[in-house]
Amino acid sequence: MSAHSHLDGQLPHEPERATLEGRNKVLGFWLFLGGETVLFGTLFSAFLALRDQVGDGNPTSQELFKLSLVAIATVLLLTSSLTSVFAIQAMHRNQVKSMQLWLIVTVVLGLGFLGLEIYEFFHYVHEGHKFSTSAFSSSFYTLVGFHGAHVLFGIVWISLLIGQVYRKGLTVVTAPKVYVAGMYWHFIDVVWVFIFTVVYLMGKVG
Amino acid sequence: MKLSILIMVLVVIVVFALAFYVIVKFRRRPNDKIPVQVEGNHKLEIIWTVVPIVLLLILAVPTVKHVFGLAKDYTKDPDAVQVIVTAHQYWWEFEYPQYGIKTSQELMIPTGKTVSVQAKSADVIHSFWIPALAGKIDTNPGANVNTMFFSADHDGVYLGKCAELCGPSHALMDFKVKSVNEGAFDRWVAAMKEPGKLPADPAIAEVFEKQCLTCHAVGDKGLQLYPNLTGIGDKETIAGILVNTDDPQYKNEGTTHDNLKRWIEDPQAVKPGNSMPKVDLTPEQIEGIAKYLSEYKLNVEQ
Amino acid sequence: MAHAHPVKRYTGLMDWLTTVDHKKIGILYLIAGGFFFLIGGLEALLIRVQLWKPLNDFVGADTYNELLTMHGTTMIFLAAMPVIFAMMNAIVPLQIGARDVAFPFLNALGFWTFLFGGLLLNLSWIAQAVPDAGWTSYLPLASPTYSTHKGVDYYVLGLQIAGIGTLIGGINFLVTIINMRAPGMSFMRMPMFTWTVFITSALILFAFPALTVGLVALMFDRLFSANFFEVSGGGNTVLWEHIFWIFGHPEVYILILPAFGIISEVISTFSRKRLFGYSSMVFATVLIGFLGFMVWAHHMFTVGLGPVANALFSIATMLIAVPTGIKIFNWIFTMWGGSIKFTAANLFAVGFVPTFVMGGVTGVMLAAAPADFQYHDSYFVVAHFHYVIVGGLVLGLFAGLHYWWPKMFGRMLNEGLAKLTFWTFFIGFHLTFFVQHFLGLLGMPRRVWTYLDGLGFNTMNLISTIGAFLMGVGTILFIINIIVTAAKPKTAGDDPWEDGRTLEWSIPSPAPEYNFAQTPLVRGYDALWKEKMDGNDAMTPAEPIGPIHMPSPSILPFLMSLGLFIAGYGFMYAENEWTGIMHDLFASHAVAGAGLLITLGCMVVRSLKDDHGFHIEPDEITGKGVKA
Repeated sequence: MSAHSHLDGQLPHEPERATLEGRNKVLGFWLFLGGETVLFGTLFSAFLALRDQVGDGNPTSQELFKLSLVAIATVLLLTSSLTSVFAIQAMHRNQVKSMQLWLIVTVVLGLGFLGLEIYEFFHYVHEGHKFSTSAFSSSFYTLVGFHGAHVLFGIVWISLLIGQVYRKGLTVVTAPKVYVAGMYWHFIDVVWVFIFTVVYLMGKVG
Repeated sequence: MKLSILIMVLVVIVVFALAFYVIVKFRRRPNDKIPVQVEGNHKLEIIWTVVPIVLLLILAVPTVKHVFGLAKDYTKDPDAVQVIVTAHQYWWEFEYPQYGIKTSQELMIPTGKTVSVQAKSADVIHSFWIPALAGKIDTNPGANVNTMFFSADHDGVYLGKCAELCGPSHALMDFKVKSVNEGAFDRWVAAMKEPGKLPADPAIAEVFEKQCLTCHAVGDKGLQLYPNLTGIGDKETIAGILVNTDDPQYKNEGTTHDNLKRWIEDPQAVKPGNSMPKVDLTPEQIEGIAKYLSEYKLNVEQ
Repeated sequence: MAHAHPVKRYTGLMDWLTTVDHKKIGILYLIAGGFFFLIGGLEALLIRVQLWKPLNDFVGADTYNELLTMHGTTMIFLAAMPVIFAMMNAIVPLQIGARDVAFPFLNALGFWTFLFGGLLLNLSWIAQAVPDAGWTSYLPLASPTYSTHKGVDYYVLGLQIAGIGTLIGGINFLVTIINMRAPGMSFMRMPMFTWTVFITSALILFAFPALTVGLVALMFDRLFSANFFEVSGGGNTVLWEHIFWIFGHPEVYILILPAFGIISEVISTFSRKRLFGYSSMVFATVLIGFLGFMVWAHHMFTVGLGPVANALFSIATMLIAVPTGIKIFNWIFTMWGGSIKFTAANLFAVGFVPTFVMGGVTGVMLAAAPADFQYHDSYFVVAHFHYVIVGGLVLGLFAGLHYWWPKMFGRMLNEGLAKLTFWTFFIGFHLTFFVQHFLGLLGMPRRVWTYLDGLGFNTMNLISTIGAFLMGVGTILFIINIIVTAAKPKTAGDDPWEDGRTLEWSIPSPAPEYNFAQTPLVRGYDALWKEKMDGNDAMTPAEPIGPIHMPSPSILPFLMSLGLFIAGYGFMYAENEWTGIMHDLFASHAVAGAGLLITLGCMVVRSLKDDHGFHIEPDEITGKGVKA
């Protein structure tokens, strides 16, 4: 245990890269995000190929989307990305308390986003835009839902990490985990920017 | 295609000769010294990079030319015979929009004329292929229509195939292309438009109308949901897979009459998974219908 | 000298279930992959028995479609991929002078997900609902409208679970090769096999997610009435073909590149010569990997994409012939002027070269779209891809297995039996597939369960069937060889072929748990050969002997995969015709939920519990690790 129980003050500047395991984790996670990019790229392609297949009598994207609601969700998620940056910066300054605080803010913002998305989906289903309504609806829910599932996973993951850091402190073992979770959070944020543009803005324009 | 085979045979011979020479010449012999450790040879490496590129360029030019040549659209050409091919599990429907007729399993074409095909599917993906006459084109479901064209230079019967896995009877989804002179083709078109003939025996006629014409058609009678039976006595095959001949040698060969009987008695045994049910008919009725159908000829070839 | 953290080191079955040692995982991959290879081979034999004469009724139309689907799916995903992973695991860390892979835990997870995915897929035989829409699973044939039994569900979920394992493996090897090379092992000093594994892993990373999405969409269509490929709901079946082949074509290169690497190693070793044109080989490998993503639509020339797409994809496909040609000539010129010893491993490698040339030239012929209208979906294509995958990959794998067997197991395979294996398999292979080129040109479509008499297909189909049985004999001889060898003592030395050039031959056979007692210092390409030529009998160590940190074994990977397996069944049988408690359990998604809970729970445990590993002390290393 002694090897890992650094006091906070003794942590190296970039604790996530202090060990080979940490470096492996960061690099591996970059590559994983590369794979995730292909995954979302394929989902986007499928959505673009099918988005005009609305079917007779079903609500079109122009009728469905309420940009104001989506805009609020976007602001929430973008802000949460910023707060996660603050968390990593705090980690690099070795301010564990501050880091945890920012992580908690990030999780809360993420929960807000998720709540809005769930409300939005309920609303759509009520309007007759169900998962099995048309090719448009299936590809819409799959793409946006995949992203939503990623957000949910991120929230659970970061919450667990907050608990871990609380119990074990910031070490060369926990630091790479926090750092990698931060990368993940940025990634789903970037994906959302594309969803907002491709699905909602382009859907509104037609 | 000939060119590609030629170039490839050349490549194979050169590489094989080289490989063979090396294998024989440089076998390990006792007292072999450690060979010189060569890193590479720029001149050689450039040669075997450039030569294939040149060969491929030679191949690429006709390839591109033919790709665009084969994509020529004849669907608006009034001189071409227009055919709308619809693939079903497991049979082929051929519609001639210029003449307002539909037939099945046997595509009748005039020799020498360009046949313009618009291919689609009623269910799963199939692929329309006449190996001796042309390449294949997939038939896609929905509004996705593919076009191609071909022509036959000689009179004759050509075998057609389904080339995309489409279910249990994929292997049995054959069809025929019959190329005849223009006179015979015109007579065939006219004969197809004539009113349908019913069985002479009124009892058989009644059964036929009640049990068969609910799905099939002869001339103007019945429904065209499934293969059109007009002139079925002339056809080369029954159900695309039972070969009609007066001199049966193989398992799937028989007279038109026998093949019809075998088909009607148990369609699932001949073509598993097809849509034709085992119709509730007595042996006498089957015999009567088979006789009637096998004698239903249009006699267009003189 | 007690360990700071006493970690339980298991023995027997538990050792294999919990191991995170890449060499043991390699052996597990080999056993599982070999098992599925035998199943796939049996399916192939049944196919050939059905086709040995016209209008044969050995198996029916339905069974035949099941056989052809399962043969393709099993061979690609459950036999070829895992055996490649077996070689990657067994050899790559040794070749780069690493003590382990980057993520030992994930490595084990990758294996177990693959195994449970493969088992799920093959249990379809027992459930009597077997996938039957071809390994490509084209829609609408695989849609709920036309495939009403659960066969395709097995395909979707089995591949999905197995695919996770492959993706994990790809990332693991990329990180391992980037981060864990020994000092001095620069990228341009890496052995060719490691290079090809590196590129293959990159292809896996960028190709498999596309398959994941395709399978998810198909699963949603089938289980939750989505409309991705449902034409009546506005879906598009050509979309599936695109997604499948965007994955599927790189998959071909994922398979063949490691074989290129193996051949490079084996030919170079047994010619006693440095690989000719190493840097152009590396360049060609990278280029093939890159072009592999640009050519998927050549599987779809007949779909009706239009002349512009067809022309572009034709040209792009032909381009791949250039780097492949470079490789072929480099191999021939590696042998040129060499001192070639024809061990069984080398026979396979040398036999590979002309065979692969055949597969390559037919590939160029198929690349020309107008000609492909004729060849496509005929036996010509069947011959082509078997020349590439069996004549290429499988011969390559046999070469690699014979070559590295002593390194993996410490025992040399019997050379006589091995040569017999080569000749029966090689001759059988050409008998089986050479004639199929001509069957295709004569107009025999692929995936037909029978053919009419009198079309001129009879003799060639008979020859093909005889050849297939000869290949079967070859495979059985190989198994006999394994059994015979396993009964002998472990006597293989560090460098049993005496011509070893790369780092794996500088350590004992089989390699100890920690691979290298001291991390070696690499002073050039063909690191060991360089030391030999400089008159040294061992590698120069880059560090003093000290305690070696090892990761602890864990049962979690096994449990996580088991959870996915249970969840897969849960989703598949949520709609069922059973009665009583079983019906309720599945219909309420309780089973699926429980499975997912097991997996997610294990993930949480893994995240919360730090893995401190354990240390192997210098006493233990010098005591038994290094042979006198």
